[in-house]
Amino acid sequence: MKPPVALIALAALALLSGCAVEPWVKPYERGRLADPEMQLAGRPLMDKHREHVHVVREAARGATGVQGGGCGCN
Amino acid sequence: MAATDWLRRAARVLGGLLALHPAGPAGAAEVPADDAEAMIHVYDGGGVRAVGPALLVRKSLADRVSASASYYVDAVSNASIDVVTTASPFKETRNEVGLGLDYAVRDALVTASFSRSTEPDYTASSLGLDVAQDVFGGMTSVSMGFSRGRDDVGKVGDPGFADQATHWQYRVGATQVLTPTWLMSANLEAIADEGLLGSPYRAARVFGAAVPERLPRTRSSRALKLRAIGAVGEVSSVRAEYRYYWDTWALRGHTVEFGGARRLGDGWLAEATLRLHSQNSALFYSDNATAETEYITRNRQLSAFRDWGVGAKLSTDVPHLPATWKLRATMGYEFKRFDFQDFTDLRTGTLYAHNAHLLQINVSAPF
Repeated sequence: MKPPVALIALAALALLSGCAVEPWVKPYERGRLADPEMQLAGRPLMDKHREHVHVVREAARGATGVQGGGCGCN
Repeated sequence: MAATDWLRRAARVLGGLLALHPAGPAGAAEVPADDAEAMIHVYDGGGVRAVGPALLVRKSLADRVSASASYYVDAVSNASIDVVTTASPFKETRNEVGLGLDYAVRDALVTASFSRSTEPDYTASSLGLDVAQDVFGGMTSVSMGFSRGRDDVGKVGDPGFADQATHWQYRVGATQVLTPTWLMSANLEAIADEGLLGSPYRAARVFGAAVPERLPRTRSSRALKLRAIGAVGEVSSVRAEYRYYWDTWALRGHTVEFGGARRLGDGWLAEATLRLHSQNSALFYSDNATAETEYITRNRQLSAFRDWGVGAKLSTDVPHLPATWKLRATMGYEFKRFDFQDFTDLRTGTLYAHNAHLLQINVSAPF
């Protein structure tokens, strides 16, 4: 007999909601993460230029977190 | 236009979903702050020099909406190894205009973007839609996005030549606060390309003779990037990044980057990076093919090589300005080295290698 997948999924969801994890770093504890040396992204134009240099000269591309535009990179 | 209809439909669905999502305790998302930026950028390496200004202005139109416009110029003088061995050095200018609109709704930020890049023989347009949503009390931010690009390719000196390329990009990402001093992020992007994916000028070598390169008209790639950044002491940080890239042309790439940053007081910030990249070659890459095959390329970007770069950046608030003015200046320099493992310099018969320099001078003014 085919297992009632939807029923199992619903039951699992109901069980999981009972053990929800609380956010363990409170908003007032995140001050250090806002400091200038803690930013993953730098200045948008500088990041874009560096990313453009790499896309033009290497085969690897994507997943950089930098918004890219079209370019004649071929 | 079909793409505009698609975006409109997607925005409607997205708006509906976000309206259903209960607001988290971390408060609403905010649009990026108003800012004007100007930059001079230089890339100089391997016989290619690309120089230009770039501008970016961002202004909020209402409490929850921010618009941005950018202009980017690449004045290229090209005497690269390809050019000096098979053609004549040339100069050309690439102009790129970008427009963006950010909309903050509850805990989410929706961004629509458009860009258009023009060169004498190449025009590229791209439309994108991204959404970032804070969840889990603001400890996690998830994002997803889509872009569609269309390129029109011409050939200088051949008015009869016209071809196209289309690009689809799908991306998802998550940033997670781990502790009060550490956070990490993961990004995954899938790219599908179709059309002319090479250059109408580039030559390959078969039995020592130059032939036009022949590339497949489709390419599908994936990239996964992991990043972590952590505070060290009161004023410093360290970060590490790794990206794995793979595609249907059998290319695999590994990119690792390490960085550190330190506040030096009086608004000064110093940063340092070390970046390493290595890749194998595409299935149909050959320095000098010894068999006739359907596809053949000698594009060194698709060959096996390693490159590394070491860079530094220094930022400071510009002093002695009127009290209502605030200007932040940043200067960045990176030295890069490329070592090709299967690309011969036809002038010397040895494997090709070159150095490169990257220089950026940026001034930004929040207003």
